[in-house]
Amino acid sequence: MSGHLKGVGASPGLVVGPARRYVRDIAEPPASDEPIGKPAEEAARAVEALEAVAADLDERAARAGGEAAEVLGAQAMMARDPDLADAVAASTKQGRGAPRAVWEAFAGYREMLAGAGEYLAARLTDLDDLRDRAVARLVGTPVPGLPSSDSPYVLLAHDLAPADTALLDPALVLALVTEQGGPTSHTAILARSLGVPAVVACAKAMDVPDGTIVLVDGSSGVVQVDPPAEQVEKARVTGARSREDRPTGPGATADGHQVPLLANIGGPAEVAAAVAAGAEGVGLFRTEFLFLDRSVAPTVAEQVAAYQPVLAAFPDGKVVVRVLDAGADKPLGFLPAPEPEPNPALGIRGLRMLNRFPHLLAEQLRALALAADGGGAALEVMAPMVTDAAEAADFAARCRAAGIATAGVMIEVPAAALRAADIAAEVDFVSIGTNDLTQYALAADRMLAGLATLQDPWHPAILDLIAATAEGVTAAGGRIGVCGEAAADPALACVLVGLGVQTLSMGAGSLQQVRAALAACTVDSCGTAAQAARSATTAAGARTAARTALPELRLVR
Amino acid sequence: MAERRVTTGPGVGLHARPAAVFVQAATKASVPVRIAKSGGKPVNARSILAVLSLDVRGGEEVVLTAEGDGAEEALDALAALVEAGADKT
Repeated sequence: MSGHLKGVGASPGLVVGPARRYVRDIAEPPASDEPIGKPAEEAARAVEALEAVAADLDERAARAGGEAAEVLGAQAMMARDPDLADAVAASTKQGRGAPRAVWEAFAGYREMLAGAGEYLAARLTDLDDLRDRAVARLVGTPVPGLPSSDSPYVLLAHDLAPADTALLDPALVLALVTEQGGPTSHTAILARSLGVPAVVACAKAMDVPDGTIVLVDGSSGVVQVDPPAEQVEKARVTGARSREDRPTGPGATADGHQVPLLANIGGPAEVAAAVAAGAEGVGLFRTEFLFLDRSVAPTVAEQVAAYQPVLAAFPDGKVVVRVLDAGADKPLGFLPAPEPEPNPALGIRGLRMLNRFPHLLAEQLRALALAADGGGAALEVMAPMVTDAAEAADFAARCRAAGIATAGVMIEVPAAALRAADIAAEVDFVSIGTNDLTQYALAADRMLAGLATLQDPWHPAILDLIAATAEGVTAAGGRIGVCGEAAADPALACVLVGLGVQTLSMGAGSLQQVRAALAACTVDSCGTAAQAARSATTAAGARTAARTALPELRLVR
Repeated sequence: MAERRVTTGPGVGLHARPAAVFVQAATKASVPVRIAKSGGKPVNARSILAVLSLDVRGGEEVVLTAEGDGAEEALDALAALVEAGADKT
């Protein structure tokens, strides 16, 4: 196939590379499928596929080593289980084809394990993964899971979940293209933190076969399939030029008003890119990478070892660590499986979840205090999903008890934004998470592509909430930053400064553009732009009003 | 038929690593071995899925059975593993 697909640009940049599809789920093979061969042949085919899956797991175990090797090895044992093979054979004798027989055999064990205790809940995921891999081999679709490739590729997916994105190798991913998701989806955030282009809400992206050359324009949202040679060449030249140097040094407006520019990172692996992009510190260090995809909780020592290099990388700056932000959409293998929630975004997540497992929070805080004792950046710790001053006070008390001097909270819940003065009286700082604040204030699920137009932090209601937060916090003598993706939009970054925000934190890939935008504007013109934007009635109107009020930005690329 | 009743040590029981170690040992044994919870239905000790499905917790009693030449030796080795293995994790 050739031609072009149109989506929504979610992270700027122009790149060309081979497509690799990421399939998370495999469709259930219908019971009505005719077997290709005799029962014994079908059974042999199924066992062969299971053995291939096991061999693949063994190979990955050998590469991974350590605890991961143990987990993968146990999974390989399941694929080679003699009882499972018997169940598959029994199913083929009843006239099922190999894919259906595999599916049914796993379904039997799935039921047994699901009925047993909490230790086994995590095994269900392993079991489903095995089943999907075996069935994918039998029906000839891509194996579910991230593509195994040693050379760089453009990742195509229906959508990406936080657990997926934590596993991506930044050295291999040239660009991300998803069928679902909006500009504030996890895909978009990940792409900006990696500094790679992304296109979201791109229908039919998964129809592109693996290996097809695609040209991704993360600004216009166009994905060119099998592009002509001259376009490929043009992309190479443009891509190289956009990486040329822009202003460097600490963030400041044209008239010298300091606005520290910090990086959002998801693990120690992203520190190098943040330092290279001139981050003055870390404004959001997500710690989920330590906890997701684990069968046992990370030890304090392991956590310290992960935090220390990040602190060490910014000896003169600060590092704001967000404690574990898990919930029903980011379940943890070593905790009891969460009750299914009809609405995980409004459920037991963030601080609410940690309050149910206080030991987990206490250990993380202890590890952070120990890491800070090792020197490096000034450590600040904040809690996600905080609703009111009582929660903030409780979290701050826990931090102090653990020996952490500076404690803050994220402002994501509209209630917290409206009563920011109360919260600021209890903590040392607040950091606005504009992505969640937007989804909650506009009642628009971040994960739904169909609501992408409502997931817009430019909406005047969001600007009002940010203004109210800044006013409340400043009146209480507190500090305020933004660590949502709003800070990565150069014009919106200027507006945020105009609203009274003191620090901006974003994916490393956006730092240079934002630095350049701030350097072009005075603090007064930022204030004027903020007022103009708040006077608008729609997100689009606010964007236009701010741009009009900031003619300086036209010269900034 | 040879039989051993053995109590798993404190710990996670026959889950995760101890279960894998036990099944690997049973696979290498010279005779097929079955394992059951006290009073429960015996399952193939060479099947990790069957062993996991028993959901044996630390401190619970299990019954190991086998028949044929070498059954006694095989059960002794596996019984020792159940007692010690769960302890270590």
